[in-house]
Amino acid sequence: MITKEDVEHIGWLARIDISEQETADFMEKLNSVLEYFGQLDELPTEDVAPTYHVAEIYNVFREDIVEESLPQEVVLENTEDKQNGTFKVPKIG
Amino acid sequence: MAKWMNVAQIKEKIEESSAEEVTAHYLEVIKKNKINGYITVSEKALEQAKKIDAKGHNGPLAGVPIAIKDNISVAGLPNSCGSKILENYIPPFNAHVIEKLLAAGAIILGKTNMDEFAMGSSTETSYFGPTTNPWDLERVPGGSSGGSAAVIAAGQAPFSLGSDTGGSIRCPAAFCGVVGLKPTYGAVSRHGVVAYANSLEQVGPLANNVTDIAVIMDVIAGYDHKDSTSIDSKTEYQKALVEDVKGLKIGVPKEFFGEGIHPDVEKAVWNAIHKYESLGAAWEELSMPNIKYALASYYIIAVSEASSNLARFDGTSYGFRASGDNWHTMVSKTRAEGFGAEVKRRILLGTYALSAGYHDKYYLKALKVRTLVKQDFDRALSKVDVLMAPTMPNPAFKIGETIEDPLTLYLSDVNTCPINLAGLPSISVPCGFTDGLPIGLQIMGKPFDEPTVLRAAYTFEQSTDYHTKRPQGVA
Repeated sequence: MITKEDVEHIGWLARIDISEQETADFMEKLNSVLEYFGQLDELPTEDVAPTYHVAEIYNVFREDIVEESLPQEVVLENTEDKQNGTFKVPKIG
Repeated sequence: MAKWMNVAQIKEKIEESSAEEVTAHYLEVIKKNKINGYITVSEKALEQAKKIDAKGHNGPLAGVPIAIKDNISVAGLPNSCGSKILENYIPPFNAHVIEKLLAAGAIILGKTNMDEFAMGSSTETSYFGPTTNPWDLERVPGGSSGGSAAVIAAGQAPFSLGSDTGGSIRCPAAFCGVVGLKPTYGAVSRHGVVAYANSLEQVGPLANNVTDIAVIMDVIAGYDHKDSTSIDSKTEYQKALVEDVKGLKIGVPKEFFGEGIHPDVEKAVWNAIHKYESLGAAWEELSMPNIKYALASYYIIAVSEASSNLARFDGTSYGFRASGDNWHTMVSKTRAEGFGAEVKRRILLGTYALSAGYHDKYYLKALKVRTLVKQDFDRALSKVDVLMAPTMPNPAFKIGETIEDPLTLYLSDVNTCPINLAGLPSISVPCGFTDGLPIGLQIMGKPFDEPTVLRAAYTFEQSTDYHTKRPQGVA
């Protein structure tokens, strides 16, 4: 069961601000889904290997050659704030 | 001009008149819109058509209009993903599939409505309001590619692209009475498609008929070095359009006909299977015992991958930004205001499933169950050529019916999501109606065996008329 404190903690980990009022709603809905997920416990899987993805390819390498990429000003077109060719954000702490 | 045309008919029309006239026709139908299928209609479509007319109609889709789901990047057109957080984002580059379509001469009509970040089965979680089902304007079109399916059913585009993470092409195809293919994982490049759950999703086509699906696949499929999971299968899709199922072995997995299935859906699917039998195919019932765990496994993996993939929406390099004194407050407020409730729920669930102390219980467990589900498919498909089942256990539900209860909505993916865990190809084709609402037959195949899936779908279509029925309410 997820508690109010759990919701606040994962909200912080996920960087999503959650109001007092939303916390109760998230708690109820996430718990109903987690309870459903719990059915997997009945299936023994000790000797089963995990499948991360199904494509039978692993490391994909290419030659380390510089290719054409988007110009800096185009990349910066969608940001709210920029300065001297960089993205500008508020200070970290 | 006929309201519903296939690619061959459109090409004929273009030769008779022009690509410009055909594009103008679709733009006119879109204007009479009652379904909210598009988020953006391209202002450049006519101009693009004129260019094609001037250049001459070369290329397999020269002058043929197409609608694109709003999570597939088209340079210069907004790519909102149905979210406030990307409302004003305009991608500076084309997705690989868009490059391929443009090279083939296709005209991009616009970007279609979808559940926010493809998270939903009804298109109700879109920031831009729900799309309605052309067969009944009070009902959902399915999702998450609801716009891509509804615009075809309403005659607002001849075909479209969608993306399918757990059924997002097949579900709306079934609900709107059109054809939708989820290709084998790796068959179509995901470069330029906004990731939700990258180990599960594939881009694929929706159309009014199986032939057009094969036509688009011949254009969009193939290797792309910008997608590290891209595989070159060298499949020739249109060559598979052969009307012949003699000797085809069909498996009918009983787990796909579970509790809660609508009796008319069950009947329509069995009628389809008996139709195949009359055409010379053989069927057998079989069991896939781990399928009942597929939905839980699918959702754990999807939300876990989502929590990581959607971390990039932090108000920094693109999209909406809220104000905040420091970086953490800015990001937390941006995401709180920019994401809708269902997206937040899935990010929070995924964050929880991957967090210290719960990773093994949820995420690792789900990956192991994924192996078991895949083994069920391997076993079944070693005995038969294709599997057949209902795409959706029920017809389209009413708008607002499930939106407040996430678990009920998740359960509607029960027959579609197992395929994504196993990475297999699967098509939904119209196979009947209940109370005027379409029913979809799902045909699932072996990895990269789209040819057999398409041949089965094509043969069914040639001997039935479900795909020719059109909704009257939007005419």
